[in-house]
Amino acid sequence: MSTDLTHSTNRLSPVRDLYDSAAVQVFAKAFGVTILAVVIGCVLFFLLLPTLIVIPMSLSEKDYIEFPTSGLTLKWYRAYFSDPDWMAATWFSLKIALATTATATIMGTMAALAIVRGRLPFSSALQALALGPMIVPHIVLGVALYLVFSPLQLTGNFLGFLIAHTVLATPYVMITVTAALQRFDPALELAALNCGANRLQAFALVVLPNIAPGVAAGAVFAFLASFDEATVAFFISDIGGKSIGRKMFEDIDFNLTPVIAAVSTVLVVISLLLMGAIHLANAQKRG
Amino acid sequence: MIGQYLSLVGLEKHFGSVRAVTSLSLEIGAGEFVSLVGPSGSGKTTALNMIAGFEGPSAGKIVIGGRDVTHVAPNRRGIGMVFQKYALFPHLTVRQNIAFPLRMRRQSNKTRIATRVGEMLELVQLSSYGERYPQQLSGGQQQRVALARALAFEPPVLLMDEPLGALDKKLREAMQFEIKRLQERLGATVVYVTHDQDEALTMSDRVAVMAGGELKQFGTPTELYRYPNSAFVADFIGRMNFIEGNCVENAGGTAVVRLSDDTVLSIRAQGLPATAMAGQTIKLAIRPERVRVARRGEGGSGCLAAVVQTCVFVGSVHILVVRLESRPDVLLQIQLPAEGGLPFQERDTVDLLLDDGAIHLFANTERHAA
Amino acid sequence: MSGPSEVLQPTSPHQRRSTAASARFYSRGVSVCLAAPLVVALAIGFVYPVTRLVGLSFEGGSLEQYRRLVAEPLYLGVLASTVKVAFIVTIASLLLGFPVAYLMARLRHGIAMVVAACVFIPLWTSVLVRSYAWVVLLQRNGIVNTLLADAGITDGPMKLIYTQGAVIVAMTHVLMPFMILPIYSTLRTLPPDYNRAARNLGAGAFRAFISITLPLSLPGVFAGSVLCFVLALGFYITPALVGGPGSMLMATLIGQQTTVLLDWPFAAALSTVLLTVTLIFVFLFRKTLSLSKGLHSVH
Repeated sequence: MSTDLTHSTNRLSPVRDLYDSAAVQVFAKAFGVTILAVVIGCVLFFLLLPTLIVIPMSLSEKDYIEFPTSGLTLKWYRAYFSDPDWMAATWFSLKIALATTATATIMGTMAALAIVRGRLPFSSALQALALGPMIVPHIVLGVALYLVFSPLQLTGNFLGFLIAHTVLATPYVMITVTAALQRFDPALELAALNCGANRLQAFALVVLPNIAPGVAAGAVFAFLASFDEATVAFFISDIGGKSIGRKMFEDIDFNLTPVIAAVSTVLVVISLLLMGAIHLANAQKRG
Repeated sequence: MIGQYLSLVGLEKHFGSVRAVTSLSLEIGAGEFVSLVGPSGSGKTTALNMIAGFEGPSAGKIVIGGRDVTHVAPNRRGIGMVFQKYALFPHLTVRQNIAFPLRMRRQSNKTRIATRVGEMLELVQLSSYGERYPQQLSGGQQQRVALARALAFEPPVLLMDEPLGALDKKLREAMQFEIKRLQERLGATVVYVTHDQDEALTMSDRVAVMAGGELKQFGTPTELYRYPNSAFVADFIGRMNFIEGNCVENAGGTAVVRLSDDTVLSIRAQGLPATAMAGQTIKLAIRPERVRVARRGEGGSGCLAAVVQTCVFVGSVHILVVRLESRPDVLLQIQLPAEGGLPFQERDTVDLLLDDGAIHLFANTERHAA
Repeated sequence: MSGPSEVLQPTSPHQRRSTAASARFYSRGVSVCLAAPLVVALAIGFVYPVTRLVGLSFEGGSLEQYRRLVAEPLYLGVLASTVKVAFIVTIASLLLGFPVAYLMARLRHGIAMVVAACVFIPLWTSVLVRSYAWVVLLQRNGIVNTLLADAGITDGPMKLIYTQGAVIVAMTHVLMPFMILPIYSTLRTLPPDYNRAARNLGAGAFRAFISITLPLSLPGVFAGSVLCFVLALGFYITPALVGGPGSMLMATLIGQQTTVLLDWPFAAALSTVLLTVTLIFVFLFRKTLSLSKGLHSVH
């Protein structure tokens, strides 16, 4: 990159080569590289720091950050795991995220198949509609869902959350599975039919194994989209059923304790593990 | 012999207003190797897809060994197929790929499947490659796995869609003989689609030439080469030189033709429709190896005067390209046996002697393949 | 002639399925069945609620709520500052994100992976975690204030949090990956030969960048900018936690109307306005956004 930006080779312009003498070049190169490295380094620091700072915070004795830390402790984690409110919210979110992963992955994969491999009337309209929940402001969707769910007693309710989060998570599955299907050679499915497999067998034995990384990636994104979702969850939670996102929001807003840092660390670690798993799955497929 | 007869009766395929295949009828005998050739868009691949069941015909009938399969789903047709890029299942080993059609045909007996797969691997000489994945094999090896998979359940008909298109020339020629050897040994009925007419001539018992969705001619390689029924087939199969002429007389199976330099030839009117009347322009066609060349003045009477453009040595023969003196826009290609050094040089003036018996006459309305 | 026995069996009626359609595609019936569950879910969980909300804003067939919205300068001010904040966040993300995307596209695989991790980790960390981090960082006795005081730049703690500046910084942090990834995916598809060719033809490194790389990266820049802008318009969590009463945005205003004031018809009207503004932008830039492409690069 450094060479791309600053090192110049003007084979057609010998006069210019004189100006671009070695000393000028070396100076320009060093200067350019330094500036760029500093700028990009700062941006990366800016991107990463707020995400990772929760880890030392969660282990710190004091309820604020200090360097060097006066001592490490797991007391905030103990507080998290022994607090029935936090535990209830965590399990509630986990159940919802797992159920959402299942429904969104199945429905999203089916819809992607219909769009890529099928003859579907209004196919592009369906695509646009299905991606809609990613674009429509979540505050609008949250308020709208509350309005509809509240009289039906679907707020703070597993089914209500499942419907809302499935709608929010399915686009991720559709995007990854559609991409996988577009890379999939349709001749393989014809070959399976030719070998005597029916449609279902051809899908299960040939299509699915080949698009599996896309489906798995979609499933992970669906899980995170539900588990980390906060805005819609904020509106459709209530006393009876509260997601971990809503619980965190309340605590950050009213009761800023390092327990939140412990919870945040748990969330970051879950995300990192899942992303790592996807990365490994993809790397394995390529290798 | 595993092959059965295949008959296509008035097969049609329309995509909207586009007629991809029109009234295609072919009778292919059991154990016969038939090629469908034609330029791209000629309908040959569509025809193959209809036989495989991937495209439903708009009209017509497909019968395999007495069973009408026109409306049978592709997975119940029992046809073997080798795909253009092999379409081997990348997540299965070679062994699992070959076993796939056997498993799908509910041959639940594992040992029988294993035995059969072993036989097939041996047949294509890949016994030690069974546990590899397709992407770990060379193009030629993948090709043989595809062949083994298609033949594993002894299909009554084997379809091959440009199976050698992805291989280089040397490997291609080796595979042509390999496929031919297997086909003859098993007595398989093969329908082979290719755009390469050399490949079709080398391998096939009979060749069907298609253009614009229509069957132009169906015959043995020799018939097509010697007796093309149209200028299209004449041009598409092998090399052919075309010269325009004026029909002076067309009666009693003999045509009298006047060429541009007033040479008058009397030719057996094979291929010329009786409707070609005196006064009309017609086309003379002659193969490069049927033109004799002499130095200017040594050709005798009835010769065409020409100038040599190039003369090259291509191994087995010399290729001579000449320009007619009376029609400078017409280039003819001539093949001469390669004995000794180059017989002619650039700008030599020569006499061309056309072998009467080797001239084909066609009406001038037709378009060429090229 | 011998063959597997099933081949010789006569065609049974249930096998006589019409194959007039191509086997390359699932039939229309199968396709509709495959799409049906999602259509039903979208109808229940998306289309119906949003329609109801929009309907509520016109309750009784009157435009009363919208009259209130227009009459009160405060509300129009919030709308204006929402657009302003979204615009600043987009520009900041673009200026900071472009070099990172360029680096990711040009670096050797190993280092590029490290840079990519720096972009992906925040992207897939909960927005709550990141907003929480900003709350802690910008607190009165938070790290930023401590560092500034220690360095002698400020005398005492400044009010950083609950300001519009805090909202802009935190939102830029949250949305920058959505800018970087579309630009990266565009830059990655450009063969480095273009740049080399331009330089061989006499263009300097800087000119090669300006005249070749930059124009060719514009689709990604547009996709990222529109995505960023649209997401910023409707962002709730971060401004709600990091911002204060003086830095109200449309989303936080809607939140306030529903959770504190319980004025649902008015909240519905505000939501409809926010939705309309968002959809107008998506519609205007639908070509450049190339929705699935821009979003796909997120992964």
